[in-house]
Amino acid sequence: MTAGSQTTDDTTPLLQVDDLAVHFHINRGLFRSNDVVRAVDGVSFTLNRSETLGIVGESGCGKSTLGRAVLQLLKPSQGSVVWLGQDLTKADTETMRRLRKDLQIIFQDPLASLDPRMTIGDIIDEPLMTHFPELSRSERRERVRSIMDRVGLREQMINRYPHEFSGGQAQRIGIARAMILSPQLIVCDEPVSALDVSIQAQIVNLLTHLQREFALSLVFISHDLSVVRHISHRIAVMYLGKLVEIADRNALFAKQHHPYTKALISAVPVPDPRVERSRQRVVLVGDLPSPIDPPSGCRFRTRCPIAQAPEIQKVCATAEPPLTEVAPGHRAACHFWQQA
Amino acid sequence: MTSLDSVPETAPLLAVDRLNTRFDTPEGEVAAVNDVSFTIQPGETIGIVGESGSGKSQVFLSIMGLLAINGRATGSVRFRGEEVLGIPRQRLNRIRGRHMSMIFQDPMTSLNPYLKVSQQLNEVLMQHMGLGQREATKRSIAMLDLVRIPEASRRIDMYPHEFSGGMRQRVMIAMALLCQPGLLIADEPTTALDVTVQAQILDVMEDLRCELQTAIVLITHDMGVIARLSDRVMVMYGGRVVETGPVQALFDHPQHPYTAGLLRAMPRVDRHGTSELYVIPGQPPNLQYLPAGCAYQDRCPHVHDRCLGDVPPLIATAPGRAKACFLDQIHSDA
Repeated sequence: MTAGSQTTDDTTPLLQVDDLAVHFHINRGLFRSNDVVRAVDGVSFTLNRSETLGIVGESGCGKSTLGRAVLQLLKPSQGSVVWLGQDLTKADTETMRRLRKDLQIIFQDPLASLDPRMTIGDIIDEPLMTHFPELSRSERRERVRSIMDRVGLREQMINRYPHEFSGGQAQRIGIARAMILSPQLIVCDEPVSALDVSIQAQIVNLLTHLQREFALSLVFISHDLSVVRHISHRIAVMYLGKLVEIADRNALFAKQHHPYTKALISAVPVPDPRVERSRQRVVLVGDLPSPIDPPSGCRFRTRCPIAQAPEIQKVCATAEPPLTEVAPGHRAACHFWQQA
Repeated sequence: MTSLDSVPETAPLLAVDRLNTRFDTPEGEVAAVNDVSFTIQPGETIGIVGESGSGKSQVFLSIMGLLAINGRATGSVRFRGEEVLGIPRQRLNRIRGRHMSMIFQDPMTSLNPYLKVSQQLNEVLMQHMGLGQREATKRSIAMLDLVRIPEASRRIDMYPHEFSGGMRQRVMIAMALLCQPGLLIADEPTTALDVTVQAQILDVMEDLRCELQTAIVLITHDMGVIARLSDRVMVMYGGRVVETGPVQALFDHPQHPYTAGLLRAMPRVDRHGTSELYVIPGQPPNLQYLPAGCAYQDRCPHVHDRCLGDVPPLIATAPGRAKACFLDQIHSDA
């Protein structure tokens, strides 16, 4: 199973995610309701070597849960995550520990993900101590210094504490900690969302450079379509736990085959008054439905501009649209994608 | 409709003159707002853009008398000709909520979770306009209709937690506009919302400013939101206004290196630019240790000796335009 075009000559994907689901059971109240939140519900995609896959969607679409489930930081309820031929969902603790060297993550709030009582040097060093206990302290220090230099942190900062750093610098520390083990895959969960515009550009460029230099594969999770457009080779769009569209970056921005993708792109304000005020906008009605009780059939139908006609609504309410190939490497999950 | 490049010339609704805001902290004094002067005309929408710590929110918190306890503002703020800075709370309360109102990023911090929305809306009308319960409810429902809350007459009796984030922000906008104030200050009104919901809220604000002729101050870090809704823009950096101008002119030909840098550093959803984003090097300044001279000196590609010693004043460069920079002119590749 392949999705999208190959960006490398390597034909087997690095990562193959198949029918992945994460369901959270909510046991609350006196009578312990059996509500289930289907945060991620049957998502499949592949990721190639040196490829950046952007995952976009609004709050509650399951994009962060998906990122954590891929790394087995959350236990998937069903499906498989095959990393270089090995199914991570079936791997034992020891195997997983060994593989973690290659699978890293960086978070949105860099300060919250750094231990306030550890120095920067120790924070970046910690993964090395865990995975390479045979290295001497001075060898490890040398590697820490070298990666700090690579991500733009001055050597003198090595004995400082996280609170002394601004948001942008703290994110560099998070990136250094993820990079120190020379991983093959980094899941970036909203890495620039908490940063000011001028700092955001610095971090986006740093990630782009690292990705090229080390042939990294990135899963770049974000709600910001402008940033995702800039950094990704391929883009997956999620809505209420489902993948609704996935395609090469340029193909997706040239033509959207799912009405949600279209609405999402048209809703992002463009920093040019002339363009912004003359744009055709698809304004969605209503709010995101509850993921505990998603609409039947197509989950987007309650807000969909196409599904408003009664005869169309009937189809959308009964059958769930499969992710279909609408063009080579371009898949969308809409019964009426030809009208989108 | 408002034109993009109009220069208003009537008596100002709000005139701010040399506003300075200081905070006393255990680590020393923080200079949050420095010599800020500007005017707002009736009915215009002015966008205030800047990064965190630029002072953009503190200017308007000073004007509304909402500074934290360790803050104090000096200078002059005249609303319809009347001085409002430092006046007694009782007099200020006759203006706030009635003639000037403010909404914030997180509506839940401004809504009382224990009270039905109807009580919170009606209170405003009964307090400020002296309306009776029945008349107030009628006006409140009409206002909820105006901000496009479906089934307003039913929903008005719900509690804030029963509304979604986007709906709550609409309730806040409705509440702020109940008395048809001359000025609405919106501080990052859509920052906490998803883009599709943000688009709905911006639509509502666009309609309302035409319908009610309320002047709107739109404080945001998002140049896209500014482009969508403002007539005029004021760019802030290090607690100062560094550039101001009509929206189209400012976006087309930014005159301050910071404005130019900010516009170039933003990736755009409508086109794919170069593989490298333009980078403004360094960090925003620490307001506690502002350098002598221009606050942007450490990050500016055009910095020269004079910028290190003197603070560049905000000087008019064309009708309706001003910049605080010693440079004669910046090139588009700046």
